Amino acid sequence: MESDGELLLRLRSGDERAFIGLVERYHEPMLRLAASFVPSRAIAEEVVQDTWLAVLRGLGGFEARSSLKTWLFSILVNQARKTGTREHRSIPVADPEPAVDPSRFDASGGWADPPERWIEVAQRRMEAGKLADRIRVWIDELPARQREVVLLRDVEGMSSEEVCAVLALSDGNQRVLLHRGRSRLRQLVEDEFRAAR
Amino acid sequence: MRLLRGRDLVCQQAVELVTGYLEGTLSRAARRRFEAHLTGCPHCTEYLAQMRETISLTGRLAPEDLTPQQRDEFVDLYRRWQSEQQ
Repeated sequence: MESDGELLLRLRSGDERAFIGLVERYHEPMLRLAASFVPSRAIAEEVVQDTWLAVLRGLGGFEARSSLKTWLFSILVNQARKTGTREHRSIPVADPEPAVDPSRFDASGGWADPPERWIEVAQRRMEAGKLADRIRVWIDELPARQREVVLLRDVEGMSSEEVCAVLALSDGNQRVLLHRGRSRLRQLVEDEFRAAR
Repeated sequence: MRLLRGRDLVCQQAVELVTGYLEGTLSRAARRRFEAHLTGCPHCTEYLAQMRETISLTGRLAPEDLTPQQRDEFVDLYRRWQSEQQ
């Protein structure tokens, strides 16, 4: 696959197909992220449209001090925050939220109901193309701030520094949100395969 | 149930250290306690493997394709922007 840098070079030389290539790569992830800031899908689509226009307009000034991806998502988050009216309904970072339901441990803190094994069956389902859509739904159901961090870190593969910059989070809060988001997803996968028995 | 030594982790604490462990942000002492706990605990070892697998599954999501209509809209957007430039 062509790198973002190569796409950027072609885009700067006025290659329309490079723009479409970039949109193909990032439109859907951006839409998903925008949706966590604004109250409706329609508004999220507007935010992403505005973002693409801002990207084209800003292309000349982009100095590649950050990665292209970080730059794109930063523009998106700024656009979404300008538009976003939805209260960021989510659990404040300061509130405790255990990674695993406390009822699964005994009084001494050891597992009473240990994790069910699901890794092999999940891998097979993923390879058969039957798990990705479920995972997308689970990510969309995470509390907004956890979802934003999981999308950027784990789906997009950005570094913690990049994610902190894009979402204006401290390193500690980023890690707490990541921990909670990943822990919830693990639980949802376990529930899926537990139910399937 | 064996009595805990002061420095031992219990499972319920260990699961809260997984992200710090994977991120490499635990202190050296916390990391050692975490790893010592894993050595004696197959359930937490499985839990850590599942957290790794969760991250890996999430990282394999590919963006959904654009619809032909969306594609046309973006070609339009690009051309409008280009004519703005002139």
